[in-house]
Amino acid sequence: MSDNLMLENAALQVEEALPESMNPVEPFLRSERIPHIWCPGCGIGTTVNCFARAVMDSKLDPNKIAVVSGIGCSGRVAGYVNLDSFHTTHGRAIPFATGLKLANPELTVVVYSGDGDLASIGGNHLIHAARRNLDIKVICVNNLIYAMTGGQSAATTPESCTTATSPYGTFEPTLNLPHLLEAAGATFIARWTTYHVMQLAKTMKEALLHKGFSFIEIISPCPTLFQRRNQMGDGLETMKFYKEHGKTKHGADTASLDMTKSGDIIIGKFVEKKDRPEYIDHMREYYTQKLGRPFEYQVKTC
Amino acid sequence: MPADPKAVLTGVHFLNGDVACCEGALAAGARFAAGYPITPSTEIVERFASRAPEVGGVFIQMEDELAASIALQGAVWGGAKSFTVTSGPGFSLMMEHVGYAAMTETPCVFVDVQRGGPSTGLPTLPAQGDMMQARWGSHGDYEVIALCPNSPQECFDLTIKCFNWAEDYRNPVVLLMDECVGHMTEKVVIPPAEQIDVTPRHLTDKRPGDYLPFKPCDNLVPEMAHAGDGYRFHITGVTHDERGYLAVTSQAQDKLVRRLCDKIRSAADQLTLVEEEGTEDADVVVVSYGITSRVAERAIRMARERGLKVGKLRLITIWPFPENRVRAVARRVKTLVVPELNLGQMVYEVERVAGGLARTVGVTHAGGGVHRPEDILAAIVEGAQ
Repeated sequence: MSDNLMLENAALQVEEALPESMNPVEPFLRSERIPHIWCPGCGIGTTVNCFARAVMDSKLDPNKIAVVSGIGCSGRVAGYVNLDSFHTTHGRAIPFATGLKLANPELTVVVYSGDGDLASIGGNHLIHAARRNLDIKVICVNNLIYAMTGGQSAATTPESCTTATSPYGTFEPTLNLPHLLEAAGATFIARWTTYHVMQLAKTMKEALLHKGFSFIEIISPCPTLFQRRNQMGDGLETMKFYKEHGKTKHGADTASLDMTKSGDIIIGKFVEKKDRPEYIDHMREYYTQKLGRPFEYQVKTC
Repeated sequence: MPADPKAVLTGVHFLNGDVACCEGALAAGARFAAGYPITPSTEIVERFASRAPEVGGVFIQMEDELAASIALQGAVWGGAKSFTVTSGPGFSLMMEHVGYAAMTETPCVFVDVQRGGPSTGLPTLPAQGDMMQARWGSHGDYEVIALCPNSPQECFDLTIKCFNWAEDYRNPVVLLMDECVGHMTEKVVIPPAEQIDVTPRHLTDKRPGDYLPFKPCDNLVPEMAHAGDGYRFHITGVTHDERGYLAVTSQAQDKLVRRLCDKIRSAADQLTLVEEEGTEDADVVVVSYGITSRVAERAIRMARERGLKVGKLRLITIWPFPENRVRAVARRVKTLVVPELNLGQMVYEVERVAGGLARTVGVTHAGGGVHRPEDILAAIVEGAQ
């Protein structure tokens, strides 16, 4: 990689040269792929805007950030960000990211996907990645439903919601993701809604700079399939709902974070721990001790 | 380029096939393995877990085979040479990611130490029941390269070949071992590092704006880049164009999937490894592979003692199927005898290629042991008539 090329790709430099009419996040997006596929009122694009701002504010080199997605509406994020990006298989973004990070620990590895992908089909990987405390950042857009396939109920769908596969309403208990992640060992856990864009961008930046397994849940509308079927209005109505019912409680007990159909949504940063060693740091130290000489980490050989 | 001497155990050893496979992977440059325990393959990653820290490598035991088979691909895009190992039930779970590797053209190696199936089957006993799964196990049209060793020495040698061909063709490569070969202990000669030829990753030297991750070179294989190199490329398992962007049309599908298949099919002759002996004036040729080829040796010897003209054709490359070599033999013999530790898999490939030029006779065995040489001999005797 020559200095010349680094300059070409340094987004901050590009940003300085932006015309006034251009959105400052544009250098972080693949504008040739716009318009995106997301519906009017969908919250995923809002989260991507926050993410682009977080990347800018973090001052990290965008050439050293990789985004890994699974399958679903939120799984399409990888295709729109102007970073190294991997659209993987359904549920398996986290193990792909695990290999990527272990091969090149210099990379900031972000997993960006949806609730069905990360918490249901990929739930096992979510638990074990949190257990390892490997330094990957998971952004989970939770629209409470399987959206890409037509609005089927999910492990995150609150009780008594109508979905394509629960025409009489859902009755299964739901997953409280922050609680699950805390139990599994994640060292950074937060939740916001797509109404809380300033807080979300700030938390994303903090997660990008946190060393260890980080998890941000973003409650996000699916006006086409969730809000409409449940007579909860359009995207704007949902923003008003989030504004009214989003209650910030930093450090809240994660056991208290269950989601209901129309109740309050507890938001904030719940966990930020520095006392658990990060996986690669721990491995280096451990093997150095066991080998009696420095562990010369060199997985990237190509 | 020569192997990195740091990881090459040059010398004469007494190793089982699983351990020899691991040493081959290390010699080939593998510094990352992701696995999930399953008999009879586990000794490969047990060895890797022990050897990797000495050479700066990483073994990670994932939570299941789905995770292992995609973690290894993340590691590839981060700049590692990597592999996973498994057996029947685990290989079934990995199938989605064999397809992902084929679609995203991720150079990587899957080792399958075959045991009896279906389902849990015979966890500790041999079979050759995954031959077709290696070829067709994931959905859709794609090609793999698959090699089949019949000794610990070949487990070492062919593992290196698997890694090298994965790079040359940007394709998943499968090493189809079996429980007998994996657990058999024999002499294994590991040459000096400078005598081991290791294929480097074919990385692009194009500038970021000019690089297209799926634009093929003359051999139909695109060049690679790694995450973090400044290219900001996109990889997807969805049908895509040369930029890697989604292209969900029948035209894009036709262009991409035909190329994925053609890059392997057009190289079939270069990828063919067979061992052929005594076929020139033979009436019967025994076509075999893996552990069964060693039982076939005995049957051939017994037949020759009876004065029969018998040759052998051992398939080392299984996929792409060595059509030209099999057809050439079929032209000059009466009968092709195909013993295998399954109820008929490769025999149908042999029959297809023979195309009526020679009679094709299978000698089946459901697994759990190896053939009795007498059973193969009986087929030879009948085939010679």
